[in-house]
Amino acid sequence: MIGEITFGQYYPGSSVLHRADPRIKLITSFWLIVVIFVCKNFFSLGIIALTAIITSLVSRVPMKMILKSLKPIVIILIFTAILNIFYTQGGATYWEWWKIKVTEKGVNTAIFTMIRIISLVVISSILTYTTTPTALTDGLERVLSPLKVFKIKVHTLAMMMTLALRFIPTLIREIERIMNAQKARGADLETGGILQRAKALVPIFIPLMVSSFRRAYELALAMTCRCYTGGEGRTRMKQMKVSFRDIVLILYCTAATAGIIILNIFFEAVI
Amino acid sequence: MKEKLIEFKNVSFAYEADGEAVPETKDALKGVNLDIYKGEFLAVLGHNGSGKSTLAKLCNAIYEPTEGTVSVKGIIPDTEEKADEVRRIVGMVFQNPDNQIVATIVEDDVAFGPENLGIEPKEIRKRVDEALKSVNMYELRHREPHKLSGGQKQRVAIAGVIAMQTDCIVLDEPTAMLDPKGRDEVMQTIQRLNKELGITIVLITHFMDEAVQADRVAVMNSGRIVMQGSPREVFAQNEKLNECGLDLPQSTELCKRLGIKDTVLNASECVEKIISMLGGAV
Repeated sequence: MIGEITFGQYYPGSSVLHRADPRIKLITSFWLIVVIFVCKNFFSLGIIALTAIITSLVSRVPMKMILKSLKPIVIILIFTAILNIFYTQGGATYWEWWKIKVTEKGVNTAIFTMIRIISLVVISSILTYTTTPTALTDGLERVLSPLKVFKIKVHTLAMMMTLALRFIPTLIREIERIMNAQKARGADLETGGILQRAKALVPIFIPLMVSSFRRAYELALAMTCRCYTGGEGRTRMKQMKVSFRDIVLILYCTAATAGIIILNIFFEAVI
Repeated sequence: MKEKLIEFKNVSFAYEADGEAVPETKDALKGVNLDIYKGEFLAVLGHNGSGKSTLAKLCNAIYEPTEGTVSVKGIIPDTEEKADEVRRIVGMVFQNPDNQIVATIVEDDVAFGPENLGIEPKEIRKRVDEALKSVNMYELRHREPHKLSGGQKQRVAIAGVIAMQTDCIVLDEPTAMLDPKGRDEVMQTIQRLNKELGITIVLITHFMDEAVQADRVAVMNSGRIVMQGSPREVFAQNEKLNECGLDLPQSTELCKRLGIKDTVLNASECVEKIISMLGGAV
């Protein structure tokens, strides 16, 4: 099972979106997410929902995978919908019982927020489905590189992210090994109350910490041996080039944004 | 005729008592003199705690000698810049492949070293492809390292050093954590690098069967080099090896016990000798 872990949730493929420049993908995804919150009525929201659907079709990631990315947020969706229905009041009343009142505005807000959250998750998962974690951190490093002006160590941050990603499977395997070792010594990890189980985790996390520090030390040595001295004077094997498809991506986002702004102006705001 | 690449001159090394790495008060190395020549395959043998790992780490300026000097192509790494220069000449492969792979994709990891050297992207691509081909990992270049076997991971680590085009690779017990198949893969790779690419190899090991494959063997015991010579010379002296806590390679041991005078180094030589002892008929 552990061997099956993939970093992030990259879905291998060769669609236009897979081949697009990670920097542009990062920027456009962020852009669309901002635009989601600009939408004021169902027409402009429709454009965002349509954009999310079109992008997922273009990415050629199976619908099943995209729905899977929504699974963890189902509870949040239901929760926010219920809260919105009962707490936002206004407009025509649809249903009333004792102190509980379901109004037009409540229902609208609930649906609106749901579509917003779903679009948000779909757009960001398409980014991670179509971009390898390496490309993602690389892209992030380059997109954020202007922040160097403010003395922010962008390269160090990106390197830390890469290393964290690299070591997740290694550490998971390590936890498994330590758990087995402790079980073999008679440790009881499965029974007892919450407090007891939390206590049972101590003999797992202490060896894990110790070995992680040892790993970090060895890794630092290995990196030194490979002449790593930080971001200065480093080159990259994989160069990023903005190509025609990236320009199309930008134009597509611009068109969606323009449409949303126009619809916001011409139609009455719902939210 | 032979050009010196790394030169140990009367080197002693002691771990600091409150040092972060290994708390050890006694000297790990005591007055070591050793020359490593260009293009050779040197095996450094020794049991645990004999100082062989310390020797390795002195080769590329991870440690600084407490006494004496280690020079690489005449460079004594006493400043950070010179240490960096030395690391461009001497690459290092460690025991645990998991702790030396940096990237999440094989080819990106191999590119890490050359990227640090500030080499042109096109040239890096070329070097990475060549390095991966020379360790037979080219087909797996897009894989994630954690999905590879131990032997494969170690070959990726070796490719990472080859791509830096160092003159010498120091391997610190590269097979200690591998299964027999992985060990074979790594040893074959090392042999090929030495014979075909002419890379100087320093193999730190405690496996006799690996040391046998080298051109020259240096045996270490409690911080000193106690024996040096060709594998045949070294393995002829089994009493001295036993004193260092080392055993003979299995085939050498077998022939010795059978009373065969010559020192035998591998299984095929062993078979030959036994056949001739039995009267020559196959």
